[in-house]
Amino acid sequence: MEHAHTAAQAIEAVSYLRWIVFFPLIGVLFNIFLAPKFGRRAVNLVAPGVILAAFAFAWTAFEHLNGLPPGSALVDHLYPWITAGNLQVDFSLRVDALTAVMILIITGVGALIHIYSTGYMAHDEDVARYFTYLNLFTASMLLLVLGENLLLLFVGWEGVGLCSYLLIGFWYTDDEKASAGKKAFIVNRIGDAGFLLGMFLLFWTLVANGVWTLSFSEIQRAIAEHPEFISGGVATAICLLLFIGATGKSAQIPLYVWLPDAMAGPTPVSALIHAATMVTAGVYMIARLHFLFELSPTALAVVAYVAAFTAILAASIALVQTDIKKVLAYSTVSQLGYMFLGVGVGAYGAGVFHLMTHAFFKALLFLGAGSVIHGMSDEQDIRKMGGLLRKMPFTGWTFLIGCIAIAGVPYFSGYYSKDLILEEAYAGPHAQPLLYWVGTIGAGMTAFYMFRLFFVTFWGSEVRASHDVVHHVHESPWSMVIPLVILAVLSVLGGNLPLLNWLSPMFHAGHVEVPDFIRWLPTVAGAVGVVLAFVTYGMNTKAVEKMNEEPVGMRNLLWNKWFVDEAYDAAFVKPTTSLANGFWKGVDTQVIDGTVNGTARVMELWGSAIRTIQTGNVQNYAMSFLVGVTVILFLGVYLW
Amino acid sequence: MVPTHYHLILSALLFTIGAMGVLLRRNTIIIFMSVELMLNAVNLSFVALAQHWGSMDGQLIVFFVMAVAAAEAAVGLAIILMVFRTKETVNADELNFMRG
Amino acid sequence: MDLFTFIILAILLVGSAMAVVLHPSPVYSALSLVVMMSLLAVYFLFLNAHVVGALQIIVYAGAVMVLFLFVIMLLNLQTESRENQQSEMKTSATILCLVMVAELAFFLGKGGGKLELQTSQQELPAGFGTMQALSERLFTDFVLPFEITSVLLLVAAVGAVVLARRQA
Repeated sequence: MEHAHTAAQAIEAVSYLRWIVFFPLIGVLFNIFLAPKFGRRAVNLVAPGVILAAFAFAWTAFEHLNGLPPGSALVDHLYPWITAGNLQVDFSLRVDALTAVMILIITGVGALIHIYSTGYMAHDEDVARYFTYLNLFTASMLLLVLGENLLLLFVGWEGVGLCSYLLIGFWYTDDEKASAGKKAFIVNRIGDAGFLLGMFLLFWTLVANGVWTLSFSEIQRAIAEHPEFISGGVATAICLLLFIGATGKSAQIPLYVWLPDAMAGPTPVSALIHAATMVTAGVYMIARLHFLFELSPTALAVVAYVAAFTAILAASIALVQTDIKKVLAYSTVSQLGYMFLGVGVGAYGAGVFHLMTHAFFKALLFLGAGSVIHGMSDEQDIRKMGGLLRKMPFTGWTFLIGCIAIAGVPYFSGYYSKDLILEEAYAGPHAQPLLYWVGTIGAGMTAFYMFRLFFVTFWGSEVRASHDVVHHVHESPWSMVIPLVILAVLSVLGGNLPLLNWLSPMFHAGHVEVPDFIRWLPTVAGAVGVVLAFVTYGMNTKAVEKMNEEPVGMRNLLWNKWFVDEAYDAAFVKPTTSLANGFWKGVDTQVIDGTVNGTARVMELWGSAIRTIQTGNVQNYAMSFLVGVTVILFLGVYLW
Repeated sequence: MVPTHYHLILSALLFTIGAMGVLLRRNTIIIFMSVELMLNAVNLSFVALAQHWGSMDGQLIVFFVMAVAAAEAAVGLAIILMVFRTKETVNADELNFMRG
Repeated sequence: MDLFTFIILAILLVGSAMAVVLHPSPVYSALSLVVMMSLLAVYFLFLNAHVVGALQIIVYAGAVMVLFLFVIMLLNLQTESRENQQSEMKTSATILCLVMVAELAFFLGKGGGKLELQTSQQELPAGFGTMQALSERLFTDFVLPFEITSVLLLVAAVGAVVLARRQA
């Protein structure tokens, strides 16, 4: 369902969009080449500085776009990149309403996280490498959302995948952390294969109809004018393949398994990449290609159901986790499920809205967790925490605000976005009412596990750790606290931003009519979750001891993440490893090395055989000459 | 006049005798002399054909062959002297240092 | 030359050649070679190659063979015993040579017909084979080979001196 563009929309050519991407790249170059010379202080200034500069340009673009009629766009054409026969792909950056939101989030939240990192990584020697990767990530993510065509999106897509790997495995000397990085990259790659196939299929279908382009605007126009170009079945195939890519990048079923392991990386990385930006790339992609997904209600339904199921599954696992970052990781998977649920029921605006609010409060929660870990001398087990509200007030109160926002308490940001999604699920353009009920149950679970986390970590009178750790507990430095405060403010007020109006010219972004009871039920579920958490963990001091016991039954199943990783290991990893070993020991060593060595042996034997001709006796040689002469003479005379 | 091919056959015969000498004898000096024999046989061929075609070019070639053969004999004998100094022998069978 | 001269010279040439190859004493071998070369010089004279014949005596029989004899004397080579004379390749060498001579004779003669000389003997121009005729050709068309040959002789002389020097 396409909203008609007003006749006044304009496409303006500008030349400053490139600096949004170039500034982070300048940061990368600085950190690689000049950081050893200028030292930590310069790095701490340059790395966040380039992101702030990019934010300035992003804000300029936003204001510029704001002044144009709705539905307009800014285009920055850098150069004609690929010209192959009929296909022309340009290196162009495009800012429309959707992209403007994304670049502001990426550069804004990104800048805050860069500033936070200067404090968090203050004791780490490798800070230059860290910021190189972080800046490179930002540049790639910006390229992903600014790209005017599918190819540039994919370049950014791959770039963020790479940086994710580099940053997860940042402390690569630890085997487990390095393996986590590998796992992320490999699972991502599987998704990327799906994405590529989807892209190929789309291109092929378009070319079969004479349309040679990968540019979003041109594809959109072609489909609008000729919906028959892409039939229902083909559209479903394309969308499902693209969605596989999205499940890899945005951690949905079945490719979500990398995200909890990704917590091995530094906490600001988890905040930026695995909460606010990279994982949202899948949602962005579907919103960007909404005109394609609209052609296949089947694909949209698949997206919605997978998303809802993911949301519930992840929430269930989060209920019993004891590592502060793992709870947040599963929470992210779950909230991403909500975003995909939003786009899956055709409410693209709602999905993007939740993307924005989630960026605020999830980044806040992760940075808060990082602050806690920093203050607790790298302890991450919540069973060893407690009473931190008094010792780390800024961290504690901002964390509480984050929890309130994610639980969907009215008038905080999360309430607006999450409830909108659920309403759309009930009565939106491609509604799936069943999923409304699933989502509501998930909302209740979300509230419960988030407040469980808050109470166990911050509530109480004493810290349950060793004496040394308790002695050392302190509030984090200003470089870490200020971003927390700013994000807390955004988490409170962010829901009031006129995002839906802003996005409405592009696609469906508005409110729907639902019965009152449906409107209030998710809030009630959230309230129930909060109260339950308070009763179980806030008032009851014995609860933490219960957490130390061996998990049994249902709790064991959830504790072991429904044994999904083990299942994948048995079904995919072990057979592949055996196959690889087989190829190594059987084919590589024996066949290939055998052939090569065998050839050498044959040459050797040949050589020894022929060497016997060299007798060193001149008369033998002379004999050979004369025999040759005789034969040649004979042949020459008779055959000539 | 004797037909020219008589001369050529005689030349061939002498050449073959020289070849036999190269292959059969062990003494390096005698091998060398057999080589000179072969060269002379070829000279005979050239002169006969020069007369057949009435062209002086044949005899000219003989002139050059003689010059080169003389040079070759000088150098070759010098080498044999050197070898004799180190190895005390001119027996071809014992001079197999280039054996592979 | 007429047939009778040819036959005599042929027999003598072959005889002395066989002596070179088969005689056990190196000195006698060398002397047979001298005889053979002198006979060849006479042969050349009969074939209207006066200069070449003279040169044959001067250069070959006179210089080269003397050099050979010097070396033989210097090395004090003795007559070799029967076993030492002939190499192991006696049988194969003999067969090869018989094959070779048969082949060559066949082709060069009337038999094979392939290497037959197409034209019959030409009329010889006046002064054929004299010094004038040779020089005429030598110093006009063949000047370059002449000069190069002189360099070659120089190189050979230097080489021989260098090689035969007693190491200090």
